[in-house]
Amino acid sequence: MRKLVFALVASATLVASTAAFAAEAAAPPSQSWSFSGVFGTFDRAAAQRGYQVYKEVCSACHSLSQIRFRNLQDLGFSEDEVKALAAGYEVTDGPNDEGQMFQRPAKPADRFVAPFPNEKAARAANNSAYPPDLSLMTKARKDGANYVYALLTGYGEPPAAAKLMEGMNYNKFFPGNQIAMGQPLNPEQVAYTDGTKATVEQMSHDVVTFLAWSAEPELEARKRLGVKVLLFLLVLTALLYAVKRKVWRNAH
Amino acid sequence: MANTSAPKPAFMNNPMVKWIDYRLPIFTFMHHELHEYPTPKNLNYWWNFGSLAGIMLVVMIVSGIVLAMHYTPHVDFAFNSVERIMRDVNSGWLIRYIHMNGGSMFFIAVYIHIFRGLYYGSYKAPREVLWWLGIIILLLMMATAFLGYVLPWGQMSYWGATVITNLFSAFPLIGDPIVTWLWGGFSVDNPTLNRFFSLHYLLPFVIVGVVVLHLVALHTHGSGNPVGIDTKGPQDKIPFHPYYTVKDLFGLGVFFLVFAAIVFFAPNMLGEPDNYIPANPLQTPPHIVPEWYLLPFYAILRSIPSKLIGVLAMFGSIFILFILPWLDTSRVRSARFRPIYRIFFWLFLIDCVVLGWIGANPPEGYFLLIGRLATAWYFLHFLIILPLLGWFERPLPLPTSISEPVLKGGGSVAAAKPMEKA
Repeated sequence: MRKLVFALVASATLVASTAAFAAEAAAPPSQSWSFSGVFGTFDRAAAQRGYQVYKEVCSACHSLSQIRFRNLQDLGFSEDEVKALAAGYEVTDGPNDEGQMFQRPAKPADRFVAPFPNEKAARAANNSAYPPDLSLMTKARKDGANYVYALLTGYGEPPAAAKLMEGMNYNKFFPGNQIAMGQPLNPEQVAYTDGTKATVEQMSHDVVTFLAWSAEPELEARKRLGVKVLLFLLVLTALLYAVKRKVWRNAH
Repeated sequence: MANTSAPKPAFMNNPMVKWIDYRLPIFTFMHHELHEYPTPKNLNYWWNFGSLAGIMLVVMIVSGIVLAMHYTPHVDFAFNSVERIMRDVNSGWLIRYIHMNGGSMFFIAVYIHIFRGLYYGSYKAPREVLWWLGIIILLLMMATAFLGYVLPWGQMSYWGATVITNLFSAFPLIGDPIVTWLWGGFSVDNPTLNRFFSLHYLLPFVIVGVVVLHLVALHTHGSGNPVGIDTKGPQDKIPFHPYYTVKDLFGLGVFFLVFAAIVFFAPNMLGEPDNYIPANPLQTPPHIVPEWYLLPFYAILRSIPSKLIGVLAMFGSIFILFILPWLDTSRVRSARFRPIYRIFFWLFLIDCVVLGWIGANPPEGYFLLIGRLATAWYFLHFLIILPLLGWFERPLPLPTSISEPVLKGGGSVAAAKPMEKA
């Protein structure tokens, strides 16, 4: 068993490194994000549009299991809107007093409903590929936000030399350049209610903003507190330095 | 100042304090060891990192105890319980990011502390046991950090645990049974996670115990100092409080500024993105790497083709520090007066950084070659260079005492002003 595991580790490293040499994934170009920088916050309009993209496109295959409907209030949805959104989904609850499981409309405290009941079902419906949960996607990849944006906009015709496996799609930003997911976003795929033109770039930008929030919902509170803590520490440290100078004045 | 027999502070005359102190001399002890404790007057800021490491240990224990109240050590729930801490526990994200990056800050402080010891010869007589205790703390810290990294049960947690526990299978005959015993089964699984959590909670308190011994040993002969000569009398010393308490506090402010900048603005900078993917025993990540502070040792492990010798070399790279006081044959402590050792010290530091960089990269091509050279240099430094240097190097003349002006060419010791009342 141990030898097997070791062989697995070794061969996986080998395969991955040779694959990387064969088809080096392009480095994702940097985009400008509302949530980057010391004072960054999530652009609410973009995040709400991104939620629409997730709901109408991504959620057909990808779960978002760490998010509860009530969390959407962070993005500027009202309590009533959230209740209405949740009520659009059915969840299994129970057992009731008769010992039966039953279906009921989702409540704000429920988690987002996954598109498949389990991994096997997801694979069966997706040419044996498993669409990963997106809750932490922008944290779970190097340079996450830029990477997801690049991936969503990185589809195209494969170069003549590239051989794609059956059912795979060419994407220059995916490791190995072959991805099971077909191009998910096409122009005008969603109808934005605020009049924003739904280009692939716009939708990708919006959904990445939404996913960045779902990965780091604490980001705004973190940065706000961080500025205060740093200012406090700066003043405290300056005072301590002054005290140190004073105490040591006669010691040398 | 410079007067170690200062009168006792006023609160010591409080009858209650006196009553207790007569029966348990805790106040006298604290006054003696933390207040009037005579300390060389010429310590520079590199001497701050011992107390910084101690404070980080407290930060880690306090934040860790709170995290443990919300964490679930079970393979099915561990990952989600950490996410629950990040999302639903009040200020949970803050506590977790403090704990997660606090580990790195702890290692930064301890590594600087160790290299300060290497530069100024802090391991030499009569401080060998103090040095040993420090190495034991380092080993315990590494074990604790590794165990803690497994707890979120992400991809790197799982595969890191698999690779590191498998190291023990390198030993002939007893290797495989040891690994099974460590795992509590036939693969890294729920029993492994449970015992790792239990041990991760235990070891920090063992570290506290060894830190106490470290401090007892320290206070027996007192701190070394940048000049590396013994203190000659009261004119060379100042009481710990207020001089070094305030200096340590100022250093703490600077250190916490860096710590806070990471926690609040780049909390995942030092981590691996893969650990935000739940553990999957069926899918190996392309590159399995430990946290940055273990990378140099990982590089040594992987630079040697034989697994057993690699494991021995990796452990040897730390255990060799135990005999360092005798490998370094020079009688001069401080590198300030050892012009050739000073060069080799910086080469050794660069060598450790190179090993860290190699550890982060796949062991192939030039990385493998550089890793092997750097590993060879690591051991060469201790086993060949240090013993020989003591014989061949001509140290610079030492000053006669800490408070006297240093002879010409003696380096950067601050010119001592005439004493007011020594």
